[in-house]
Amino acid sequence: MTAFWILAPVMVIAALGILVVRKAVHAALLLAVVMISLAVLYAVLEAPFLFAVQIIVYTGAILMLFLFVMMIVGVDASDSVVETIRGQRAMAVVLGVGLAVVLIAGVGQLTLGTVVGLDAANEGGNIEALANILFSRYVFVFETTSALLITAAVGAMVLAHRERTGPRPTQASLAAQRVRGYAERGEHLGPLPAPGVYARHNAVDTPALLPDGTPAESSVSRTLAARGTIRNAPDLADDIEDVQRSLGGLPGGSGTPADTSAGSGHNTENPSTGTGGPGTDEEAHR
Amino acid sequence: MTDVTPYVVLSAILFSIGCVGVLTRRNAIVVFMCVELMLNACNLALVAFAKQHGNLDGQIAAFFVMVVAAAEVVVGLAIIMTIFRTRRSASVDDASLLKY
Repeated sequence: MTAFWILAPVMVIAALGILVVRKAVHAALLLAVVMISLAVLYAVLEAPFLFAVQIIVYTGAILMLFLFVMMIVGVDASDSVVETIRGQRAMAVVLGVGLAVVLIAGVGQLTLGTVVGLDAANEGGNIEALANILFSRYVFVFETTSALLITAAVGAMVLAHRERTGPRPTQASLAAQRVRGYAERGEHLGPLPAPGVYARHNAVDTPALLPDGTPAESSVSRTLAARGTIRNAPDLADDIEDVQRSLGGLPGGSGTPADTSAGSGHNTENPSTGTGGPGTDEEAHR
Repeated sequence: MTDVTPYVVLSAILFSIGCVGVLTRRNAIVVFMCVELMLNACNLALVAFAKQHGNLDGQIAAFFVMVVAAAEVVVGLAIIMTIFRTRRSASVDDASLLKY
């Protein structure tokens, strides 16, 4: 029972964590904790075959599938914890606690008697004993699961397959579309501007600055914008300004924070603010 | 301890937590994870009772639950991906076209 008393609190805490964490990836990791702990409990309960199957099928296959789908779907507004129906969360918690109380009270009133144990049933090996039952008494159920698995595989392929309704766009058609957009709506013909890369973090999450000091929204990935992880160039510029002030004065004094950030781009020789990259990258847009 | 009551109680707690998760979470993937948690809780009870009664039928049942859960996850995640592709959202609140 030692393993149980160690693992049970861990499992309950991890399961409660699934309810409150905001990010789906964290929920998946907490679920992995619960499932591996369950596998250990299976081993304690004399079910070595299910111990292996639990780790291989659940933590190995199913959770990886969850993580793959999360990679494709990404992070969006559905991760928010704002409730859409008023009082739904409180009602759900009351219901859950009620269910737990009813179930535990029901179990508590039972007297199960002494554990028979699986020593006799597992004589000659747990896997052999399971196979004996599986391929005799449950052979029809076993065969039915094959139909179920085939149906699931075909269903997943049908659902995940996307039929192409139009012709595949070629490079020539994309170029023609671009030129048409320029002719009709005056859209920029060339490639999108590159983001401003500051030497303090070699990332692409800081938008480039336009000549008037405003950030160029089109210079950062839409994915980063959706995640809300875009940095503010003027904020970074404040740090750079501090460094420059400590080194003695700003080159070509400027007023607004946006302007100073643009000015800091010139200072490519300053070793503290980084060299080459940050300055030239911004220069390109000005 | 002469019986497997603690295991069954743990299973009931995990099942209730999964139930609350299905009711409160909005991300369809997390809702699915909570369904998996409930299935796992049932498996724990089945395996515990298999030991209690000295009978392997419970373990066979748990094995079949795992098979069905695997099939269910494959189809369910494919549905979530299809919905995401058409509606750009994995929230269970956004898929409400059949409501009106």
